[in-house]
Amino acid sequence: MSFKNSFKTAIRGLRTNKSRSALTILGIVIGISSIILIMSLGKGAQELILSQVRGLGSATIIIEPGRRSQGPSDFGSLFTDSLKDREVEALSKSSNAPSIEGLSPMVVLSTSVSFENEVDSFMILGAAPLVADIVGVYPETGQFFTDEQTQQLSAVAVIGSEVKNKLFGPSEALNQNIKIKGKAFKVIGISPKKGQVGMLDVDNSIIVPYTTALKYLSGMNYYHQILVKAKSEQVVPQTVEDIKATLRELHNITDPAKDDFQVATQEDIAQRVGTVTSVLTIFLAAIAAISLVVGGIGIMNIMLVSVTERTREIGLRKALGATTKNILTQFLLESVVLTCLGGIIGIALGIFFSFVASLILSRMVSSGWAFAISPSAIALGLGVSGFVGLVFGLYPASQASKKSPIEALRYE
Amino acid sequence: MSNIIEINNLEKTYKDGDTETRALCGVSFNIKEGEFVAIMGPSGSGKSTLLHILGFLDKQSAGDYSFDGKSIDDYGEENLAKVRNKKMGFIFQSFNLLPRTTVLNNVKLPLLYSGLKENLWQAMAQKAIEQVGLTHRINYETSQLSGGERQRVAIARALVNNPQIIFADEPTGNLDSKSGSAVMQLIEALNDHGHTIILITHETYTAEYAERIITLKDGLLESDKKVEQRRKDAKDSFTK
Repeated sequence: MSFKNSFKTAIRGLRTNKSRSALTILGIVIGISSIILIMSLGKGAQELILSQVRGLGSATIIIEPGRRSQGPSDFGSLFTDSLKDREVEALSKSSNAPSIEGLSPMVVLSTSVSFENEVDSFMILGAAPLVADIVGVYPETGQFFTDEQTQQLSAVAVIGSEVKNKLFGPSEALNQNIKIKGKAFKVIGISPKKGQVGMLDVDNSIIVPYTTALKYLSGMNYYHQILVKAKSEQVVPQTVEDIKATLRELHNITDPAKDDFQVATQEDIAQRVGTVTSVLTIFLAAIAAISLVVGGIGIMNIMLVSVTERTREIGLRKALGATTKNILTQFLLESVVLTCLGGIIGIALGIFFSFVASLILSRMVSSGWAFAISPSAIALGLGVSGFVGLVFGLYPASQASKKSPIEALRYE
Repeated sequence: MSNIIEINNLEKTYKDGDTETRALCGVSFNIKEGEFVAIMGPSGSGKSTLLHILGFLDKQSAGDYSFDGKSIDDYGEENLAKVRNKKMGFIFQSFNLLPRTTVLNNVKLPLLYSGLKENLWQAMAQKAIEQVGLTHRINYETSQLSGGERQRVAIARALVNNPQIIFADEPTGNLDSKSGSAVMQLIEALNDHGHTIILITHETYTAEYAERIITLKDGLLESDKKVEQRRKDAKDSFTK
């Protein structure tokens, strides 16, 4: 009996009990559509995070204070003051790191800000003018602060579009004074709606000169980060080595394992984020796959019922010349066709739900959410559903094929 | 004509736990190619058991059975299925047709396992259906047919592969006398076309379509007579 005819026979067998077949595949449909949805959301989240991380530009390098954590209880690695003015000065010398185009020490804090009677909490970012270039924040009204203003510890601020809306509403914000930790800062620029860049929500942030932030706002003498811009993407690896060498020399470190700073490129961060989101996606998809096992048991149950119901048919087919292999193939194909059909419907539903979810999420996430379905998820969905049919159909099919023709014909 | 079936001292014992039931207790006879043989006997005489063994649907517990000159023990499982498909046709008392399936597809069923090219199937099935006079019902589902028509579908299915031998197990048992006689005329016609027929029945008038009647009783061969001779015996006993 050819495969084509075995397939036709299997389809005919399933069509005689349409509603039961439809209910049987429900478990597979739910399982596969959940996997497709989770994988799509995982991929969407990964792409969103990566686009934000890469938003800083591929030539940007981040230096953070502190050594790499040795474990969850290694709090010592979190609190460190290894990045100060002398580190900034050393890195600024072109003899130490010739491929650095510019750098910006960063002071980050969250505090309440007021204008007249309006008070709200915002992220304050102390930075150098270069950060405008790195983050891509170019005020649409007013201007960014200059190097002179930074050196003079000027109390000036560039505010995000949401800060403007929350503190000033429709009224004019430029040249008004806002109070941060009791100190007046003059608004000299308002940036357009920008969304998330790197880990920074630009629209809800206020950028001030890092010198001013260090002296009047943070109350510390060290920086939270130093953003470095290399001259080009190609020189990034060399720049990283130069930065490490300079800081190690400055801190008298001979063993790289004892570094009291961390240097990360955009690619490093993207890779780390990619790994985390991939692992999370696989984990969630594995949980959804449990429903496939439940669906598979449902298939096995119904196939066993079907074998019992069709005992006389099996006997008849054997009497008319069907071999054990013919009967095994017929029932195995029935369960594989059933699960593959469930898989196809599940994939279609999964794509539909992913699309709906991406529409909802793109409204909720300011920087947008891309609808992403990978061909590998579709292939996986089909493969897994076929495999479930094969595994859970094998036992009922072998029970059917083992029936003696005369006992099957006598079955009432 | 050569023997198509040779059985010698055939026995069949069914075991159910500690209980043993002997359905056949050493039956021997031969059947020639082209013969029309009726196997008769009361209920429990072992006639259906014998038919199942002869049709390769069951195996004997002891004794020898040769089909077409070859012992059943020399056929593997695959070969038994092949012989059932190519050389044997079955007609059952309860028709055993596939439900919710058309007449045409029911008749095509043995062809699925025949290894013949699919483009031949339609013509072969149509020819068999025509032979039993059901062309006008070819696309009907079997549930839409009368008992007599269903049995004719089963006959068409039995002859679609042009088998050497047709086993009919009480083919008129579920039919009224008119349909029953139509079915028997069809079976007789098949024999006229050269098919060997083995008919299981307990009705004398049905058995008399055969040229030879074997009677079983309690698993033993009671008599094996040509029909003419049987009629003569019956007449003699009446005159005495």
